[in-house]
Amino acid sequence: MKPAVYGLLALAVIGGVTGWFITRPTALPSTVSDRLTGDAEAGERVFLASGCASCHMGTDDGADPKLLLGGAAFQTQFGTFYAPNISPDPDHGIGDWSQAQFLNAVMRGVSPEGQHYFPAFPYTSYTKADPQDMADLYAYMMTLPADATPSRAHDVAFPFDIRRSVGLWKVLYMNRDWVVTGDLTEQETQGRYLAEALAHCAECHTPRGALGGLDRAAWLEGAPNPSGSGRIPPISGADFTWSAFDISAYLETGFTPSFDVAGGSMAKVIANLGQLEKPELDAIAAYILRAAQQ
Amino acid sequence: MAFYKIITGAALAVALAAPALAQDNPSVAARQGQFKLYGHNLSVVGGMAQGRMEYDAAMAQTAADNLFHLTRHDQSRLWPEGTDSSSLIETRAKAEIWENLDDFTAKFVALQEASVALQAAAGNGLDALRPAVGALGQSCGACHEDYREES
Repeated sequence: MKPAVYGLLALAVIGGVTGWFITRPTALPSTVSDRLTGDAEAGERVFLASGCASCHMGTDDGADPKLLLGGAAFQTQFGTFYAPNISPDPDHGIGDWSQAQFLNAVMRGVSPEGQHYFPAFPYTSYTKADPQDMADLYAYMMTLPADATPSRAHDVAFPFDIRRSVGLWKVLYMNRDWVVTGDLTEQETQGRYLAEALAHCAECHTPRGALGGLDRAAWLEGAPNPSGSGRIPPISGADFTWSAFDISAYLETGFTPSFDVAGGSMAKVIANLGQLEKPELDAIAAYILRAAQQ
Repeated sequence: MAFYKIITGAALAVALAAPALAQDNPSVAARQGQFKLYGHNLSVVGGMAQGRMEYDAAMAQTAADNLFHLTRHDQSRLWPEGTDSSSLIETRAKAEIWENLDDFTAKFVALQEASVALQAAAGNGLDALRPAVGALGQSCGACHEDYREES
């Protein structure tokens, strides 16, 4: 063989090894979980703010938002994802998870078996959360009722079904930096935490690139519905003219300023988020208006 | 004159090729008008509940009475088959409505029931009004969640 071929082979091996290395699932340092004790009562607010039930509750009418048996389908350009059972059932849910395993799942997108989760699960947002809040969330979720419904396997086509490829996706798109930066007021900072880390507004309201990464330059400017038909409206930019009062009142009651009533996936968001304290909703509103200035 | 013929012909071709507009369908126009009237009255009771305006018992009662009567409007001619969002532009009514007419009807009946409760509560002070408006809004949202396109 010619030297050039050896060179190419060597590069391929280095590339492969590097690729294998950078796409490996990386866990949180175990010391992060070790020093935390979850408070289930405090975790309820984290649960409502994070919108866990919006996706993981059952799909029947009148389903209990605290029975997280999963089953909702999310049709995307990469395939159909099914929300898994995350009730505390030890066999079909997350009942046998340790707090450290839970933190790894929500903040790193890594399963207890050490595999990458698909980013339909918004760990890309929760990675910005305070680990104490996630420990509280774990404690709260373990108090919820268990359900033995098996999770349904995702229906994702090649090559997106290769879990390892999600590692590369994370290198490209998993970004723990705040999107809205600068000199924020205390209220805007609180709203940024609620909106960017927990409520994950951007997951639907921000357009995505070809590989499904959020376009941070078009933050909250509206996007095609990521799991179905129609569009998710802008909450930033020239077409969005609501006041802070309008936003907060909408999140609380579901009524738009023209007294239309929220529907689609936002109806479920409001069912959870609307239970937060009014100052928290006001903070989200302040953040959204601040984001529009950026 | 040949020029005008070409223009007229082109305009006609465009008109014939355009997808059907919802406004052209009297049933769709009527049901959208019905929802506008719901919103017009919700802006009074919802506006009071949200604190946009002072509570006024007489105004609240009038709006609640209107909502009661509006939700009694017979729906049978408002939802003909083929008036869903995949058949017409400018309607957000999903085809699933016609696949689940029993459920759609049940959700409409729930709206009617919520309007009865609102009518009973509206004149009895803001504390009585607020939960009744909330319940009515939830009955609207329950249907929008399943049967209305995102936007």
